[in-house]
Amino acid sequence: MSDNKQVARTGIEQDQQRAVLPAVDVFEDAGGITLLADMPGVPKDQLELKIEGDSLLIEGGVQALTPEGLEAIYAEVRVPRYRRSFTLSRELDTARIEANLKDGVLTLRIPKQAHAQPRRIAVTSG
Amino acid sequence: MYESILNHPNNLFGQFERLRRELDDVFGVSGLASSIRSVAPGTVPAVNVGRTPTSVEIYAFAPGLDASKVEVTLDRGVLRISGERASGIPANDPKVHVYTRECGTGSFTRAISLPDDVDPGQVNASYRDGVLRVSVARRESAQPKRITVQ
Repeated sequence: MSDNKQVARTGIEQDQQRAVLPAVDVFEDAGGITLLADMPGVPKDQLELKIEGDSLLIEGGVQALTPEGLEAIYAEVRVPRYRRSFTLSRELDTARIEANLKDGVLTLRIPKQAHAQPRRIAVTSG
Repeated sequence: MYESILNHPNNLFGQFERLRRELDDVFGVSGLASSIRSVAPGTVPAVNVGRTPTSVEIYAFAPGLDASKVEVTLDRGVLRISGERASGIPANDPKVHVYTRECGTGSFTRAISLPDDVDPGQVNASYRDGVLRVSVARRESAQPKRITVQ
């Protein structure tokens, strides 16, 4: 019981943690959807991708880059966390999502289910 | 002392500017007048500047760049960072439908005026996880010293 409470509480705390929306590019081709998200400063181990039902959550923490004794003079990036969620549709195959993080850009490839791929239907004459 | 980059976190007008930006981010650009030099978020890399007793540290949040093509110059106390970013969206492919295009592309330049006590001979730049870090050493004469009492 007390464990449950604790879990609930940390969940709320996480929700309340401030985060900014990362900029994304989303495009679709015949095989699936590709999502590119700008998450500069996020190392691989600070990136979290979660799929629950039909929702996709992308979250990443900016690693503290600051050397010891650093005093901020000017800051445009003040919230060191990115978070954004998307709703997926049923024809997307969430089991085969591929993720790649390079130079602060997250690339997600979400393929369509095999039955949703476009097929050419051969027409036979006769 | 740092008037050139004095947009101090505690500056009242800085706070208003930040609030305005955050509201713009949340609700989209409002119909109100904005600075003639203002650009859409993400067009130019965001920059954080900090100092330590021995150096001035500049962090430019510039994802998706080719590190070998980023240009960093320091000329008469002005640090200039420029680069170019290609779009990740395949161009001119009729089979591709684009839904969202928010990531900034194209070339950019940011110039930052540094304090007078920096040593232009000791500059380090590195690019990691989409963040360009430039570290400029401060002159030894500007660093805090303990003075022995005779």
